[in-house]
Amino acid sequence: MEMDNWTFGITMVVVGMGGTVLTLWILSLFMSILKRIFPYKEEQ
Amino acid sequence: MLDAILGGLQGLIAGFAQLHWSNPIMIAVGCALLYLGIKKGFEPLLLVPIGFGAILVNIPLTGLMDKEGFLRIIYEAGVLTEIFPLLIFVGIGAMTDFGPLLENPKIFLLGAAGQFGIFLTLALALALGFSKLDAVSIGVIGACDGPTAIYVASQYAPHLLGAVSVAAYSYMSLVPVIQPPIMRLLTTKEERMIDMGMVKKSVSKTTKIVFPLVVTIIGGLIAPKGLPLLGTIMLGNLMKECGAVSRLTKASENEIANIVTLLLGISIGATMAGKDFLNSKTLIVLALGFLAICLDTVCGVLFGKVMKVVTKGKVNPLIGAAGISAYPMSARVVQKEGQRYNPKNFLLMHAMGANTGGQVGSVMAAAVMLSVLKGMGII
Repeated sequence: MEMDNWTFGITMVVVGMGGTVLTLWILSLFMSILKRIFPYKEEQ
Repeated sequence: MLDAILGGLQGLIAGFAQLHWSNPIMIAVGCALLYLGIKKGFEPLLLVPIGFGAILVNIPLTGLMDKEGFLRIIYEAGVLTEIFPLLIFVGIGAMTDFGPLLENPKIFLLGAAGQFGIFLTLALALALGFSKLDAVSIGVIGACDGPTAIYVASQYAPHLLGAVSVAAYSYMSLVPVIQPPIMRLLTTKEERMIDMGMVKKSVSKTTKIVFPLVVTIIGGLIAPKGLPLLGTIMLGNLMKECGAVSRLTKASENEIANIVTLLLGISIGATMAGKDFLNSKTLIVLALGFLAICLDTVCGVLFGKVMKVVTKGKVNPLIGAAGISAYPMSARVVQKEGQRYNPKNFLLMHAMGANTGGQVGSVMAAAVMLSVLKGMGII
């Protein structure tokens, strides 16, 4: 069945915005972990 | 004899005779784009070839966009296949330093907030009666990222490609004009004066090398439909950071990026034939694109205000405006606005972090959008 524009729009706003925030939050967590695993040393 | 001469003379005026009313208007638009690029310095690398392409394609009987016309060949080879935007992304990755973002990973969230305009504009386009895929292509103007907009529009709404790409690049170049009034409207003087201090150097070379790999793998697993966009930008960045392939890095950020920019620009201009371009739909697309970038800035600054509250006043909300993909213009706008109210304030590196977050954020937003569309069976 063809999805109506209203359902499509709401889905895109909620899942799209939520998905983007969630993905970037996960990436920021990974970045923090990376910084701990490979700490900066002064001689660099 | 006389017939032959008259026939020959007719051949010389056929171009004028075939001129449609929309052609002179579009030639004037092409000249305006050239003026903005050459005289005003707004994204000249793109606006000059786009403007010239628009002029070329509005001269009748040239056949440039016919089946074997040279602009058609370039367009089909590079734009419809999505090769051009992807190659541009390799160059962008090779030019971008994600260091300021890695210094403060939380700033990544500003890069997400700066993409909200995409989805809000998509909803508005649907409400205005555009089809689902047209609305997606219009919304993605809010990524403030030309290659991403072209990538999505060329796949799902090629008839809107001219309007979408012109909107994306024009508004991107107008960021220094569009953003400051919104930033001032949404922040108090005290907020604009917040000093975030200097960015401490705390990122190792290994972290910078592993970062593009992690983003590619995690981002690709979450939103596989967007992996071409994400993968190419991260490939460029990996080449830059690892330092082992400096020839490829230099080629990506110079020769390849320059050649592709020229071909991409001229073929985008070639989609601006008056008969197809001049209609009410184009004007609505341009208006919605403008709104998308305004909404990005609004959401970015508001999210910056939330971060200010959460961090107990350590974050200057202005840097939220840099959470869009217009790199580095947006970060420079933030720096300028910050210094206007506190001359000792150096927000540039913080804003650069948000701005590079916006670059990844715009690609990620498009990737998420495409994967959600795939999940819903729309594409």
